[in-house]
Amino acid sequence: MLSALGLAPFAVYTFLFLGLPALAVVIGAFQSPSGGWTWSNISLATHGIYLHGFETTLRLALVTSIVPGLAGVVIANAVITMKGGALKRIVSTASGVFANFGGVPLAFLFISALGTVGIVTNWFNDLGINPYNHGFTIFNFDGVALVYAYFQIPLMILVITPALEGLRPAWREAAEGMGARSWQYWRYVGGPVLFPAVLGGVLLLFGSALSAYATADALTNGSIALTSIQIGSFLNGNVLAGQQNVGKALGLGLIVIIAVVMVIYSLLQKRASRWSR
Amino acid sequence: MVTVVEFDAIFPQEQPLRRPAITDRLRGVAWWRGVVLVLTGVFFLVPIYAAFRFAIGTVTGGLSDSAFTSIPHQQGFGDAFSLSARLALVTTIITLGLMVPTTVFVHLRFPGLRRVFDGITIIPIVIPPVVLIVGVLQVMPTFLKSTPYLLALEYSVLAMPFVYRSLDAGLRAIDLKTLVEASRSLGGRWASTLWRVVVPNLRTGLLSATVLTVALVLGEYTMASLDSYQTVPVWIVFFDSQNAHVSVAVSLVALMGTWVILLLISSFDLRRIRRSTLLRKDTTA
Repeated sequence: MLSALGLAPFAVYTFLFLGLPALAVVIGAFQSPSGGWTWSNISLATHGIYLHGFETTLRLALVTSIVPGLAGVVIANAVITMKGGALKRIVSTASGVFANFGGVPLAFLFISALGTVGIVTNWFNDLGINPYNHGFTIFNFDGVALVYAYFQIPLMILVITPALEGLRPAWREAAEGMGARSWQYWRYVGGPVLFPAVLGGVLLLFGSALSAYATADALTNGSIALTSIQIGSFLNGNVLAGQQNVGKALGLGLIVIIAVVMVIYSLLQKRASRWSR
Repeated sequence: MVTVVEFDAIFPQEQPLRRPAITDRLRGVAWWRGVVLVLTGVFFLVPIYAAFRFAIGTVTGGLSDSAFTSIPHQQGFGDAFSLSARLALVTTIITLGLMVPTTVFVHLRFPGLRRVFDGITIIPIVIPPVVLIVGVLQVMPTFLKSTPYLLALEYSVLAMPFVYRSLDAGLRAIDLKTLVEASRSLGGRWASTLWRVVVPNLRTGLLSATVLTVALVLGEYTMASLDSYQTVPVWIVFFDSQNAHVSVAVSLVALMGTWVILLLISSFDLRRIRRSTLLRKDTTA
């Protein structure tokens, strides 16, 4: 078909700059530095510090997708049911900006607020409670999780707002007309309708947390054992002889995890689209 | 939406008949909503305020705006800014040049493929940039690796999900088929149809796609730092060891700048909608 030629530029471009590099990572994961086939990269990547890295990454991705995900739903609902368009406009544009905010500037914001001499830390200090004397620090797992919420919550608001707007007021009025209380409306009407969209959004957040690199790197100076940071250290040349391709095996691990997540996501989207029409 | 309108139109007098229990419940909801919004505001604004206070603070405890005013004169900032700006420009041109014709084409000729495209264009979100750059540095020829514009080529891939979605939404909102057929039957060539008919009607989608692309390029750190080019985010980290106040000031300016631009665009958008409804009223009157 001649008209299919119109898709050729896109297909070629995507193959060259997305497909080819991704293939190189997948193939490299099974190759030794000299070019022979081997399982040793995969074996190394699934043991010791690298296995620990996957565990920490998965734990972080789970925490920072579920908690900010649910918070995002509640906040988006509060904004939508508010009267007046100004707040909605501010929230929707701010969500677009904050969802893409991250990395070093974000780390700076939180170090200024909650670092050892941060402003909020000082407020607490003035109240007589120094959070750093009570085991709190912005530079470990919990700190990174808190900072991730700064871009995860806006991402969830962006994703879930259309679904929340799809909840017709008539449904709520019908439920109330039949004497339903607010929790009953959410339990039997709103919840089931929203469920696939919420789960889909949470899965998207999961993928976003899994691939985040710059924020955790800047915040902890690379000391937290996340898979993405370990991959980065391979590129920075911190690598033992003979293990050059372990980074690719780690990359393959992330791709496999995200691929599984995406399959679930697309199945759920299919279910969700039944209601959003 | 139609059902909602009808419901209100048929039962407008229902309002005063509501039982008091419902108004009580609504008041409870409003109170709870206020708490949520205030907490959200605190979480998102306090770090910005803290960073601002840090940026204008001095060693002696006084206040000074020098961290902001001295930004353009800092060593290396000019080069980093110019590199980031060039990358933003090139990335935008590549992305729009590739995605506008492709998306229009899919809508016109292969509407059945829209679902497939939803899937393909989301892949860059799920391949972590840190993994992508590993492959890129391995497979790309040396002449590409020796230029920073390799980053622009890859940023176009990263921007694809957002750009495709903006354009897709824009195209859904217009009657593309009729517009194109009208233009073609009046003798317009494909290129001029695209440029003089489709693009003006897609203005909003194009604007948001551009802003998202530019925001992405200006903020991207992972690929630039691992490819060893000093864009603004990489420079911020590098300069942090010399003057942390300036680094924080630049971060704040970048964040606020993007937000203001997005707000301007969305209000521009609103004006257009209002104008078009006014026009419609005029013609029906």
